[in-house]
Amino acid sequence: MERIKRAFSDGNVIAQRNVIRIKRVPEVLVFVLISPIMFVLLFAYVFGSSIDVPGGSYREFLIGGIFAQTVIFGATFTGAGLAEDMQKGIINRFRSLPMSQSAVVFGRTASDVIYNVLSLIIMALTGLVVGWRIHDGIVSALLGFGLLLLFAYALSWVMALVGLSVPSVEVINNASFMVIFPLTFIANTFVPSDNLPTPLRVFAEWNPVSAVTQAARELFGNIPAGTPEPTVWSLQNPIAYTLIWVVIILIVFVPLSVRKYQRVAAKT
Amino acid sequence: MPHFAPFVNTKPPQRPRPLPEDVGHRIVDGHAACDFLSHGAGSVPSMAIIEAEGLRKTYKEIVALDGLDLAVEEGSILGVLGPNGAGKTTAVSILATLLEPDAGTARVAGADVLTGAELVRRNIGLSGQYAAVDEHLTGFENLRMVGRLYHMGKAAAADRARELLADFDLIEAGDRPVKGYSGGMRRRLDLAAALVASPPVLFLDEPTTGLDPRSRLDLWGVINDLVADGTTLLLTTQYLEEADHLADEILVIDHGSEIAYGTPDALKTQVGGERVEVVVASNDDIDRTVSTLSSLAVGEVHVEARTRTIVVPVTGGAGALTEALRRVDAASIPIHDVGLRRPTLDDVFLSLTGHKTEEPTAETEGAA
Repeated sequence: MERIKRAFSDGNVIAQRNVIRIKRVPEVLVFVLISPIMFVLLFAYVFGSSIDVPGGSYREFLIGGIFAQTVIFGATFTGAGLAEDMQKGIINRFRSLPMSQSAVVFGRTASDVIYNVLSLIIMALTGLVVGWRIHDGIVSALLGFGLLLLFAYALSWVMALVGLSVPSVEVINNASFMVIFPLTFIANTFVPSDNLPTPLRVFAEWNPVSAVTQAARELFGNIPAGTPEPTVWSLQNPIAYTLIWVVIILIVFVPLSVRKYQRVAAKT
Repeated sequence: MPHFAPFVNTKPPQRPRPLPEDVGHRIVDGHAACDFLSHGAGSVPSMAIIEAEGLRKTYKEIVALDGLDLAVEEGSILGVLGPNGAGKTTAVSILATLLEPDAGTARVAGADVLTGAELVRRNIGLSGQYAAVDEHLTGFENLRMVGRLYHMGKAAAADRARELLADFDLIEAGDRPVKGYSGGMRRRLDLAAALVASPPVLFLDEPTTGLDPRSRLDLWGVINDLVADGTTLLLTTQYLEEADHLADEILVIDHGSEIAYGTPDALKTQVGGERVEVVVASNDDIDRTVSTLSSLAVGEVHVEARTRTIVVPVTGGAGALTEALRRVDAASIPIHDVGLRRPTLDDVFLSLTGHKTEEPTAETEGAA
């Protein structure tokens, strides 16, 4: 019990430190807030003008996908932050202190949620400006935002492991790009997946990114009236399928990341 | 392989005695540890508070530590002297629980670094070669954070942070982000961070590397004050002068193992103390100068032909220099330069191993 209390209080100290850093390096925050605006506007006006979704508005369809992609990119901050801490030697300082061994990674993943909360708020406001609406009530919409954040939180533990394993911040930025782009594009994020070639369609149907996007659309009431029912379980039960992924990712990557933290080689 | 020159006191004067198994549990804060250990040590004259035996660590192909032993008595300073890539940082990392050795054992403040890592961490402070402070936080925020992570209360951590800022002459800079600090200020802050919990054992890994002479002197002053309070210190350095100035005992290592151990005086005697260096104007005068000065030398006269420098190991400092000048003048040898030089790490290596310090490869540097 004492141990858990300690871990919580140490994690809190680390999270507070990260929050101070967010305030001190406003450039990062500006990027975090501007790029989602850019994405919403680009997709809404560039693709939105030439793509039709039967029975509904492409812009409304699109927003769920942009939300999903942006919060997933937000998870990479966790990896970049840990990689930077390692490069700067501050991880050595933490590891020489009698603090909880899981606090550095827990504190980091917790404070990085702030980025995603802020970018969701900004995106939602931009979305409202370009014509996106919530149709199923505010409670359901909040659940949608919560699910997006939870999914991104789980992914930030994957990025934590990557961040502790790479030699520098630059590597993680490039590496995550290469993984996240295919993962968020071979999905139903920006176009309906029904028309994809079979292998890609199957991948898209079982891709958790599709599920979390589908879940967000359902919770926001953004599924157009005439849309055919999904034929696979993952998209018929997108909330449950997303939660299963969240649990699996956390079960696997929380211990792996904490263990990695305890063993990161002292870098000089 | 280096040849092992005979040297005074090649082993610690007294083998480390294992501390009682339960010492670690009683050590909660620094002062309690010192008190307990000095009580416990009442019957024996001295006791090792840092001890390591047979430490080995290999990174892929590179052997960073090759069976290193060391022991530091409570309240004393051990200077670990060696060139880049000698294994100094690896040794400190193992003792500070950052790294697991491939073989060997180490105990710090009564606890094993592998099985009692958390106990060790409660009793040590670490200040690294690269200042590990957060540059986006202020000096105050850095120190307060470290205090909180040692599980001090909020108010206590803040008070301690202010106290340390005052001690380290950082009051004015204390509320500015570290980003704007000079190198010397960062080092002082890093050292202050290591002292937040007043740990009985302190590891300083090359605390003055890269500092200008003025900042180095300042930091030496701080370190001297610390030890006056009874803190045990293990310090690594590439500078013989620094080890000489600060340490009670010096352990010289190369390629991850000991090549000499003893007091600074013993080491300097071994190395030949001071040298007179004469740079002659013409290559033709080198032999004549050597024969003129050889009777002054306390060891072998060394010639660096390329720079026309004759290096004469001497005793007696300025007296020897005057005598050398008088003789060179009497022989009418034209000279470009003459000076009295204190021994450097290079001299130590030349004298102890017969070779100069080697430039480290990028890889060994990274590994150490």
